[in-house]
Amino acid sequence: MLHTALLVGLLLQATPQPAAGPRLEVPFTQFTLPNGLHVILHEDHTVPLLTVNVWYEVGSAREKPGRTGFAHLFEHLMFMGSKNAKYGDFDQLLEAAGGTNNASTAEDRTNYYIDIPSNALDLALFLESDRMAYLIEAMSPKTVDAQRDVVKNERRQSYENAPYGMSSIEIAEMLYPKGHPYRWPTIGYTEDLTAASYEDVVQFFRMYYQPANASLVVAGDIDPAKTRAAVEKWFADVKPGKAVVPPIDYPHPTLNEVRKKTIQDRVQLPRLYLTWITPAHFAPGDAELDVLSSVLAGGKNSRLYKRLVYELQIAQDVTAFQASKALNSEYQVIVTARPDADIARIRAIVDEEIKKIQQAAPAEREFRRAINQIESSFYDRMERVGNFGGVGDQLNSYYVGAGNPGYFNEDLSRYRALSPDDITAAATRFLPLDKRVELVVEPKK
Amino acid sequence: MTAGRADGWTRRHKGTRVRSLFVWCVLSGAIASSGLLAQQPADRSKPPAVGPAPSLKLPAIEKRTLSNGLQVWVMGVHKVPTVHLELAIRTGVAADPAGKFGLASLTADMLDEGAGSRNALEISDAIDFLGAALSTRGSVDATYVDLHVPISRLGDALPIMADVIARPTFPEAELKRLRDERLASLLEMEDDPEELVQVAFPRLVFGPQHRYGTPVLGTAASLKSFTVADLKAFHASQFNPANAMLVVAGDVTAAKVVPMLERTLGAWKSAAAAKTAAVAPAPQLTARRVYVVDKPGAAQSQVRIGWIGVPRSTPDYFALRVLNTILGEAFTSRLNNNLREVHGYAYGASSRFDMRLSAGAFYASAGVQTDKTAEAVKEFFNELTRIHETVPAGELEKAKNYLALLVPRSFETSRGTADALAQAWIYDLPADYYTTYADRVRAVTAADLKRVADKYIQPDKFAVVIVGDRKTIEAGVKTLNLGPLTVVEPGQVFK
Repeated sequence: MLHTALLVGLLLQATPQPAAGPRLEVPFTQFTLPNGLHVILHEDHTVPLLTVNVWYEVGSAREKPGRTGFAHLFEHLMFMGSKNAKYGDFDQLLEAAGGTNNASTAEDRTNYYIDIPSNALDLALFLESDRMAYLIEAMSPKTVDAQRDVVKNERRQSYENAPYGMSSIEIAEMLYPKGHPYRWPTIGYTEDLTAASYEDVVQFFRMYYQPANASLVVAGDIDPAKTRAAVEKWFADVKPGKAVVPPIDYPHPTLNEVRKKTIQDRVQLPRLYLTWITPAHFAPGDAELDVLSSVLAGGKNSRLYKRLVYELQIAQDVTAFQASKALNSEYQVIVTARPDADIARIRAIVDEEIKKIQQAAPAEREFRRAINQIESSFYDRMERVGNFGGVGDQLNSYYVGAGNPGYFNEDLSRYRALSPDDITAAATRFLPLDKRVELVVEPKK
Repeated sequence: MTAGRADGWTRRHKGTRVRSLFVWCVLSGAIASSGLLAQQPADRSKPPAVGPAPSLKLPAIEKRTLSNGLQVWVMGVHKVPTVHLELAIRTGVAADPAGKFGLASLTADMLDEGAGSRNALEISDAIDFLGAALSTRGSVDATYVDLHVPISRLGDALPIMADVIARPTFPEAELKRLRDERLASLLEMEDDPEELVQVAFPRLVFGPQHRYGTPVLGTAASLKSFTVADLKAFHASQFNPANAMLVVAGDVTAAKVVPMLERTLGAWKSAAAAKTAAVAPAPQLTARRVYVVDKPGAAQSQVRIGWIGVPRSTPDYFALRVLNTILGEAFTSRLNNNLREVHGYAYGASSRFDMRLSAGAFYASAGVQTDKTAEAVKEFFNELTRIHETVPAGELEKAKNYLALLVPRSFETSRGTADALAQAWIYDLPADYYTTYADRVRAVTAADLKRVADKYIQPDKFAVVIVGDRKTIEAGVKTLNLGPLTVVEPGQVFK
């Protein structure tokens, strides 16, 4: 290989005690432009590609009543042209240079990436800076209409027409009180998508797309000094915002009972969803619940998989995960039943297994197996620089979520510091059987 | 943990539109530097010029052969202390006997359900404990056993991988469990319009007799017929070093890894190479027909339009890749632009030549809103007709650059590298395939595109398969006068 580990960027310093594990380091430099845009640079010359990754700290949680789905619709509008790159240029120019791009919207953030051969750095920065600076100059009500139709079809495809597709929308409404920013779906309610206006676009852009509410990562086959100069050149004329993004004010969720609902769908396999409100990303309990997910549903020997899928064979699959978010997280256990299986029996077995883990710590090997899997997942996430979930995206994620782009090792250390007892304590505290949401999807008769 | 989770967020378009097709090239030219000073104001009057693309430099493949004849290709990817091993058996669904569709993939799935001295739970526990991932899968043209493992634990994981490849035990109880799981999976495929169209379209194009007309998983009837003896016989006839190769990509060298492989896989018994011939090509369609697979109440219609395409070995490979990039592969492709951007009928639209050892399907597809189904189908045909006109020079250049420059992405990760090399072996790609890829893409002309469009895209003979709400869409579709319309119940295409 041409490149040394140092150039490539990931340093794994072997330590004498294997229990401590090697340290994860992703070297980077960072600086803030006068307009408030935070910039993070990372070198990796494995292949001659780079990624330009931008996070705006706004998602569906910032939407106003009656305008759900707007943050995501706005994300689509970011591709509809800006003052100096007319509609169509963004994708045409990038493809002609061998680039690809995408974007996504979640509750707490919106992210964008351009992956492109490293000779096209200036092109990517031109396009990214132009829409950050001059989006509104090219926007019209007609543009909004065009993407409104696309987004409605995205909703049809991924929610309305997908098996179990409406369940996440039902669950959020059961979990959260009216006015809570996680109560409505990121994709939005159809009538709100219809209502979104050009004026909404202008307001949203001025408030949330100001440079101080964004962070930019350029990672991959770059020369940091030249890249810094190029970033300074292209982003210098992005005007600082005038408004101050206020803290989110919202009614705190209280879940003091079991809330149950059954819906019907065009499916042949029933499905059970159990959901709890749990600690926010990086808060105490968050890492413990990730380990618990592995103990409950990671691999054939995990407790729920082994009983429901492997031994009793009354379930087709089982999933358990902590969906980590900024305000609070959600913990979810999802079991797809075999066609004739009894959901009540499945629920009783899930409860039995949760009770067991609340009463006795996982065995040492069981616990270590989970930690080893999580540790490996950190290595795997180091391989790719671009795309969603690549190193570039993670640098931004850690910057926005933890205030430090290089939080990789600290994040891993959260898991390495745990003991089996911590998992039991978290299961007891955060997954009470009498305070949760239960949704059953049953076949339409 | 939030990384890699798909729910809870919504993205601009589905998938990266970079398909996993294997490509590799070396491009000439040097890295262009901006050479601009920070204090110069940005000139936005025109897009900045893009210099020559940087060359992709890849380490040589270290090619070795174990004492039992197993070929081993090693490529160093020294970035993260992990390694990816991909064992490929050149046996896919083509080896499924008549009436036993699904045998190859079920055999693959059973490999890690008991092997050597370990049972299914013990294999899983050992692999998980090492922080490794072991997977087995049967696909159309090959069977794979993959091991992804931290380099420090390779020595512990390899013997398990070797057992799974060479000494599976095929326990009766596990076969019954996997069979029932597959029967339920077939029901899940029937419930999901996006999956259903992927079953219905090949069935209606290739028919129930041809192997490509039935899912890799098989049918309920074939699944119920399998015995342990079937699986053991299949394994014995297909799994041997002469019919396999192993790719190792990651933080290793041949000098380090080959002795380890010799110890664990060197004793795997070789037999006469039982290379399976590709399945015979199916008869081509001759007249256009419309099929509506009824999904009452569906919010969208899943549309798939096409016929039988080409095998991977087609001499028109590069021309077809460029043509399809323009038609429906890139985000700016004509189908996506028309159905998504111009008309807003769909979240996305695409087209694809499914190239296999034998000719797979060509199809254009999209999920379109139910009340615009006929309008959308009309636009599909507009684009499938317009593609026969001479492609403008700028559009051709863009597509060629896009294709040629996507190459390095396959080599960003150990897994991607291993996949890419295994594909090269499975499809017998020439030794200079990698180094000439970009040049061959760039050599494609507008005349080539016209020739292959005329030959391989003949809309008046296509099958039009629509999974959607019949009562809402049927009348509109009929007004297009595309040909005879047949209504199909979802369960029919699984039989």
